[in-house]
Amino acid sequence: MTLSTVAHDTFVIERIYNVPVAQTFRAWADPMLKARWFAGSAEALGAGYELDFRVGGREVNRGGPPGGPVYTYQSEFRDIVPEQRIVYTNEMYADEARISVSVATVQFRSQEATTQLVLTEQGVFLDGHDTVAEREEGTRSLLDSLGAILNGGAS
Amino acid sequence: MLDQTIDLDRTFQALADKSRRCMVERLTLGPASVSELAEPLAMSLAAVVQHVQVLEACGVVKTEKVGRTRMCQIEPVAMTAAERWITDRRRGWESRLDRLGDILSEVVTTEEKS
Repeated sequence: MTLSTVAHDTFVIERIYNVPVAQTFRAWADPMLKARWFAGSAEALGAGYELDFRVGGREVNRGGPPGGPVYTYQSEFRDIVPEQRIVYTNEMYADEARISVSVATVQFRSQEATTQLVLTEQGVFLDGHDTVAEREEGTRSLLDSLGAILNGGAS
Repeated sequence: MLDQTIDLDRTFQALADKSRRCMVERLTLGPASVSELAEPLAMSLAAVVQHVQVLEACGVVKTEKVGRTRMCQIEPVAMTAAERWITDRRRGWESRLDRLGDILSEVVTTEEKS
C-alpha cells in the first residue's frame, strides 16, 4: 500500500559573490557555465544536462548512483528579469515517481562591485518518497511505530 | 545516505529493548533525571545509566549535567523521509552555490590576466 502524503517546506540561502551582478547572472544564463556548477561539470551539458534559459524554456538534469534510481530534475522558467531575478518551477523524479514540486526565486542584488544572491525555494514533498528512493520495505512502518512510541502510544 | 540507514538501524536496535522504551515513554512526558527514570524499573542506577548511554548514542535522548543531577530529554532526531529530503536539498544547494562562487572567482582571475 502506498500512502499519499505531502510535506511543505521553504528555505532561503544567501551568498555574497565578489563579482559584479552581470557576471553572477551570466553564470545562471549561460549553459556552459551553469553546467559546471549546477550539474557538476561542463561535460554534463548534452549528457543529462540541458538549459534553455528564457521564459517558458526548460532545464533538465538527470543522473544518479550506478545501479540506483535515475533522478530527474525538470524546471521551467516563469519569470526572468536580467540581473535582478529568476523565477522557475521545478519537479524532481526518482525513476518514474514524482518526489517533489517546487517554486524557486533567485534574487540578485548589486552591492558596489559585489553580488548578493538570495535563493528561496518553496516546495512540496510528495508521498514520503525517500531521497534514497530504494529504502527497504517496512522502514515507514518502523518509523510509525517509533512515532507511536515517542508519542507514548505503544507499550 | 548509508550513514542515515545505519543510524536508523541503531535507533531501532536501541528501542527494541523494553526498559529503554519505558524510559523513552517516560521522557515523552518531559525531561527527567536518571534517578527518576530508574524509579519504576527494577534495576540498578548503573544499569539505567548504561541504557541512557545507548539511547544517547543513537540520538534518541540527550542528557545534560545540571548540578549533581544528569537530566535526560527526548531528542527528536529520527528524521522522517520528508525532513531528510529537505535537509539534503538545502545541502545540495549550499554546495552548488559554493561551486558557483569558485567559478566566479576564476572568471575574475582570467579577466584580470587578459
